[in-house]
Amino acid sequence: MSIRLNGIRYPKISLLAGMAGLTITFSIFGRAQELGDHQYTSEAIQAGLRVYSRECALCHGPQGDLVSGINLARGEFRSAQSDDDLRSVISEGRAQGQMPAFDLRETELSGVIAYIRAGLDPDGVAIPIGDAGRGLALFQGKGECASCHRVNGTGPRIAPDLSAIGVQRSPASLQLNLIDPAAAILPINRPVRIVTRNEETITGRRLNEDTYTVQLIDSNEQLRSLIKSDLVTYEISEAPSKGPTHLTPAEVADVIAYLLTLDGDV
Amino acid sequence: MDIAKSAIKNCLVLLLVSQTFCQANAQVPFDRILNAVDEPQNWLTYNGSYMSQRFSLLDQINQENIRDLELKWVLQNQVFGAWQSNPIVVDGIMYVTERPNSVMALDAITGRVFWKYVHTPDERARVCCGANNRGVAILGDKVFMGTLDARLLALDRINGEVLWNTEVGDVARANSVTMAPLAVKDKVIVGVGGGEFGIRGYVAAYHADTGEQAWKTFTIPGPGEPGHESWQDDDWMHGGAPVWITGSFDVEQNQVYWGVGNPGPDWNNEQRPGDNLYSDSVIALNVDTGELEWYFQFTPNDPYDYDAVQVPVLADLNWNGMPKRVMMWANRNGYFYVLDRTSGECLVAKPYVQVNWSSGLDENCRPIITPQPDGMPTYPGNQGGTNWYPPSFSPRTGLFYFSAWEDYATIYRSEEQEYEPGRAFLGGGFSVLAPAPDAPTIGIGRTNPVNNWTDEVGHASLKAMDPNTGEEVWEFEQYDVSDSGMLTTATDLLITGGREGYFHVLNAHNGELLFHKNLGGQIVMAPITYMVDGVQYVSIISGNSLFTFALKG
Repeated sequence: MSIRLNGIRYPKISLLAGMAGLTITFSIFGRAQELGDHQYTSEAIQAGLRVYSRECALCHGPQGDLVSGINLARGEFRSAQSDDDLRSVISEGRAQGQMPAFDLRETELSGVIAYIRAGLDPDGVAIPIGDAGRGLALFQGKGECASCHRVNGTGPRIAPDLSAIGVQRSPASLQLNLIDPAAAILPINRPVRIVTRNEETITGRRLNEDTYTVQLIDSNEQLRSLIKSDLVTYEISEAPSKGPTHLTPAEVADVIAYLLTLDGDV
Repeated sequence: MDIAKSAIKNCLVLLLVSQTFCQANAQVPFDRILNAVDEPQNWLTYNGSYMSQRFSLLDQINQENIRDLELKWVLQNQVFGAWQSNPIVVDGIMYVTERPNSVMALDAITGRVFWKYVHTPDERARVCCGANNRGVAILGDKVFMGTLDARLLALDRINGEVLWNTEVGDVARANSVTMAPLAVKDKVIVGVGGGEFGIRGYVAAYHADTGEQAWKTFTIPGPGEPGHESWQDDDWMHGGAPVWITGSFDVEQNQVYWGVGNPGPDWNNEQRPGDNLYSDSVIALNVDTGELEWYFQFTPNDPYDYDAVQVPVLADLNWNGMPKRVMMWANRNGYFYVLDRTSGECLVAKPYVQVNWSSGLDENCRPIITPQPDGMPTYPGNQGGTNWYPPSFSPRTGLFYFSAWEDYATIYRSEEQEYEPGRAFLGGGFSVLAPAPDAPTIGIGRTNPVNNWTDEVGHASLKAMDPNTGEEVWEFEQYDVSDSGMLTTATDLLITGGREGYFHVLNAHNGELLFHKNLGGQIVMAPITYMVDGVQYVSIISGNSLFTFALKG
C-alpha cells in the first residue's frame, strides 16, 4: 500500500509501531480518514477528469502543458495561485477570450480544480490551496508558526528555516506537516534531549549524527557537537516539538498557499 | 675515518643498495602469488592471497601499540567519485588505479608517484553505477587492468608501458570490466559487468604473455548446454549474469570461483521465467580450461538485484572433527552460507539480517520464496544485506567478518521492457523505504557530509560470524551504512571503515573498539597492510585520498 503525493508514490509508515506490513496498511487507512476534511475526494477528482477531458483537454492537452506559460499538472499558472483564483479564471475567462468562460455546475467546477490539484492524476491526492496573503497573516499570528520557524532572515533558528520550503516540499507534504507533524517530520529534525557527564541538560534540534558524535542547535541557538561516549542520556523524540495544528481546513489551505510562495529568493 | 673503514662502509652501502635494487626488480611469478602467505610484507592480489582471506601475518602493529598509529602519507586522487580501488604492494612499490582507468606506481614508504598510465575509455562505455575500477593484478613483469570499455591491458610494471591491449567484450553492448583481474599460472582472468544492460555475462582467461584469449565461459548456458532449460525463448541472450568482482583460486582443486550477478531485466522476473542459471550463483571453473565443474545458485529467478558478486572466501576448517575445504559467503540476499568448495554442497545457511522475500531455505538451501505485495517493502533492500565489499576470515579467531546493512528495505515496481542492445534493461524501478514523505534515503555512495537520512533508513553492522554454526558471534554497529571491506592481522586486529569516513580498528575476538580516526570521506574499499624496511603500514582509501599509517617513530 502507498499513497501518492504530487505524483510520487511513498510508503506510509508508523514509526511508533515499527515497519511491519500490517501496520503500514492500517496506518494508511487511518491517514486517509484523518485527511478527509483537508483533501478533495477521489470522487471529485474523477468527476474533474471527465470535465477536463470534455472541456479543457482540447486546448491544454492531456498533460496540461500545451498552452504557453502554463503547466496544469505541475501547478504552474500565469497569475492564479489559490483555488478561488482558478475558480474565477474558469468561470470568467481570461486573455481576451483565448481562455473562454465556462458555465459549469459547482460540482463540476470544484471537480476540475481537484483534478488540476491532483496533478492531472486521477489516482492522485489533491490539496486545496488557499490565499497566500491570509496564509502569511496566519503564519505570523494565530498559527504561531513564526514563533519557531525563520523565513528570509527573520525569526528564531530553533526550528528548520522555511525560506525555500515552497520549492522543497509538495503541497501534500506541507499539509501533512501541519495536520500530522509526527508522521511528516524528517528524522534528522527530531528534537533531542541530552544529559552530559557534567550533568548539563541540553535540548535542541539534531543537525547531524554519526557513530561517535552528534551535532545539534540547542535551545539557545548555539551549535553544539558532542561525543556520544561523554553522554549519560541521549533521547531522540519520535514526535516533533509542535503538535497538530488547530487551524481550520480553510486556514490550513491558506498557510499552504503562503508556504508555496517561499522559493528561497529573498 | 680511515680509508679502510670508509671502504667497508661504502661496500655495505653498495650491498644494501644492490639488495634493495634486486628486490625491487624481482619478478612476481605464479609461485610467489601462490605462496603469498610466506611474504606478508607484500599484498600481491586484490584479496591478499588466492584464498581471499584478507588476513595478514604482519604483527608489528598490535593491540597495545595501536594507539601510536600515525599518518605517514596521503595520496590525493585527481578525479572525483567513489574511489573503490584496492592497492597491491610488491617489494615496496604500490600499484593503485584511479577512475576511470589510470594506474599509478608509487613508493609505498613516501606515497610519491613513479609513473602514471592513463587509458581513456571509448565514449560508448556504459556502466550502471559509476566509472569504477577496483585495481590491478600482477604476474611476472606485468600489471594488468580491465577497463570500462571492456578491454584488458598489460603494462610493464617498471615503466607503465602498454605491452598488450586486448578486447574482452563489446563496448557497444555495454560490456565493461570494473574488477581487478585475477592472475593464475600463466593466465589473467576477468569477467564482464553490464547486468543492468542485458549483456550475456562470462568469465574469460587470457595468456599473460600475449593477451591471446585462452578460454571463455558464459555465465548463461547456451542451447544444448546443461542449465539452458532454466531460461525460455531467447531470454538467455540478454539475461545479464555479469561478473564484476575478483574471484578466488584453490590450487588443490585447480578451480577458480566466481560470484555471478543478477539476471536481467533486474526487476521483472515474470519476463524471464525459470531459475535463470547461473545468475546469482557461485561457479567453480577449471582454471586451465574454463570448464564448469559445479555451481550453487543462491537466488533463483531473482527480482531484487541480489547479485552474488561477493568475494568467495576460502578456508580449510575443522568440521565436526574432520578437515573440510569450505567457501564462506555472506550473500546480498541476506543469508550467510558455508559451502563445501570441492562439490558446492551447502553445509550451513542462515539469515544474518531481516529477510522477508523468503521464509527460509529448504534442505538444499534453496529459498522458499515469499514475495511481498505490490507497494510493500522487501528486506533486505536493493543494495542487499551486504554487497561486493570484501570480507575477511581470520584463521586465528576462526571468524568471518563483513559489512551488513540492517533495517534497510526497498519497494520494487516491475514492468515489461523490451531489450535494446547497449541500453538499460531494468524492467521497472524501486524506491528505498523512507520514514516520512520527502525524507532523503540511502543511495549508492555518500556525497553529503550531513547525514540527513539518518539510521531510520538503515545502518551498518560489522558482523563476526562463526562458520561452523552460521551464527553471529558479535557485531559492531555504525550509524550510517558501510561499503567498507575488512582486514585482519596476526595480532587479532580487525581494520575497516564506513561511509562516515571513520577508520576503525577493533579487537577481532570480541569487537572491542581499539582505535578510530575521522578521515573525512566515505571508505568504500578494504584496507590493506604491508611492510617495507621493517615498518608495517596500513593503507586505506577515504573519499578522494589514500591514507597510509604506521607506528610513531
